[in-house]
Amino acid sequence: MLSVRDLTVSIGSDAAPVDIVSGVSFDIGKGEILGLVGESGCGKSMTSLAVMGLLPQPGPRIRDGRIDLVGADVTTLQPWQRVEAGHGCIAMIFQEPMTSLNPVRRIGDQIAEAVRVHDGISGAPAWARAQELLELVRIPDAALQLSAYPHQLSGGQRQRIMIAIALACRPQVLIADEPTTALDVTIQIQILGLLRDLCNRLDMSILFITHDMGVIAQLADRVAVMYGGRIVETADVGALFREPRHHYTRGLMDCMPARNLGARRLPTISGQAPRPGAIRTGCVFAPRCAAVQDLCLVNTPPRLVLGKGHEALCAFPLQAGRAL
Amino acid sequence: MWSYALKRAGAALVTLWAASVIIFAFIHVIPGDPIYVLLGDTATPDQIDRLRHELGLDEPIVLQYLTWAGHALRGDLGQSIFFQAPVTRVIADGAETSILLASMTMIWVVLIGVPIGTIAAVRHGTWLDQGLSGVAMFFASVPTFWVGLYLILIFAATLGWLPSSGYPSIFEGGPGNLRYLLLPSLTLAAPNAALILRLTRASMLDVAREDYVRTARAKGIRPWQVVRRHILRNALLTVVSAFGFTFAALMSEAVVTETVFALPGIGRLVVQSILRRDYPVIQGIILVIVVLYLLINLLVDLAYRLLDPRVELQ
Repeated sequence: MLSVRDLTVSIGSDAAPVDIVSGVSFDIGKGEILGLVGESGCGKSMTSLAVMGLLPQPGPRIRDGRIDLVGADVTTLQPWQRVEAGHGCIAMIFQEPMTSLNPVRRIGDQIAEAVRVHDGISGAPAWARAQELLELVRIPDAALQLSAYPHQLSGGQRQRIMIAIALACRPQVLIADEPTTALDVTIQIQILGLLRDLCNRLDMSILFITHDMGVIAQLADRVAVMYGGRIVETADVGALFREPRHHYTRGLMDCMPARNLGARRLPTISGQAPRPGAIRTGCVFAPRCAAVQDLCLVNTPPRLVLGKGHEALCAFPLQAGRAL
Repeated sequence: MWSYALKRAGAALVTLWAASVIIFAFIHVIPGDPIYVLLGDTATPDQIDRLRHELGLDEPIVLQYLTWAGHALRGDLGQSIFFQAPVTRVIADGAETSILLASMTMIWVVLIGVPIGTIAAVRHGTWLDQGLSGVAMFFASVPTFWVGLYLILIFAATLGWLPSSGYPSIFEGGPGNLRYLLLPSLTLAAPNAALILRLTRASMLDVAREDYVRTARAKGIRPWQVVRRHILRNALLTVVSAFGFTFAALMSEAVVTETVFALPGIGRLVVQSILRRDYPVIQGIILVIVVLYLLINLLVDLAYRLLDPRVELQ
């Protein structure tokens, strides 16, 4: 469905580029949910915006790599260009449902606008399709809510509207950039359930971006762990939680409250995530790694294949959850 | 919607009442006495007392205010001392020119300011944007009389396309007489269009950073549609309130332009009336301008309500 190869997103001049995403590769199969997890500032949002063709201009740009959507190269295309080229089957929902809808336009208009572009219909049929979509995302009184304005709806409802707008694009791939971070926990569970359900019913692939390992465990089929602009570990969700191979992944899991019930103090990964471009040689995680070796500071770590679909960017990966 | 309109109208009436008190009080605080202006230096104390009594100026000030306000409510603003004619007629004569001039100016301001501001915002950071913003800055900075004189020099004196001064009423000469207002309205529009241009540009650049604009782009609609349906629509919320202020200010700020083009407008009338100590006219014009400001603000508020569905809740 979606294949990203060696994606590098940079800021700064061409002469001295600073990579905020470097050499990111991943694939998402049909109907699969890939969780992209990492701390704030690790490049996950930039990765998702680059894949969507929505990098802010002027600003970061794709310096290298390739994005293929259902077999077509869409690397440099913005959404409208993708639609014109017939590859508009990708959509995105965002972190802030409160500000992601236009405050002065009716919900129905905002959905019908996407329907018009992707289905080529307008007027009453587009409006009918908008109502259908609202029902699909389980908005009660769909017909009534079509003529509501965003400020009349709650955060959870607005995120459902955002999902409806995304579905209006008839996506085969949906990018969800921390769609539940701004919502209450109960609403969060409902939205996650809805996404899982839609993924199954529409056979849609999802790139789900989050910093919450709990959400990953609940939702994802496969996981890519991102750190310092790189994907440091990729695995099926079961394998990752059962046997993390990268020291950073292990650190993230140790921080989960659910794994530390009764503890007086949660473990943390000491230090801070590096600023983009701060580390130029060796492994980006080396300064914070508990098992760091001299080699790690000099050599770029290899991408080791450690099982079916399980890869880690580490010269000394964990064995059975322990350092060698 | 209607209860909102009524509430705003009620608030406007209260403001109008407060303004009328202030206008009245100020006129009476200003040094000088209309009696001396009317009768001159040679008047006897007897004549002065008689006229003071005739004009009701020997009454307590509160009673004078009530009389004036009562007449004003019935549409009678008194008698002009200089023209020896009802103030309402004196103002009405000037109002035709002023309202037509302000309206034409506003048309230029909207037609020039908004589209060019939009182009500058869409192309922001390019030479086109910098060029347009530079030109706007120039017109916002130069004095209106300079622009006016150059327009006269080019279009009236050299090319002879348009008249350079005066304005015969359209009620006498037909709509063709509007050509007399073409140069004055362009003159008056220059600084205002420049401000609206810069405001439109700045407001659009602000809105362009909003999350919902990203959502719109993510839908795959064309860039121009994103600008028109999402950015411009929201950016205009800021610009519309500026329209109101600009229009109302045009009535009183037109003095220089009216002088350059020798137009019989309200701006010039008020300045001349001050020089003639024609108090009833000054009072009347200020009151009319206040009413105009209130009306336009009311219209802007209502327009806001139509443009922004969130307003009703506030």
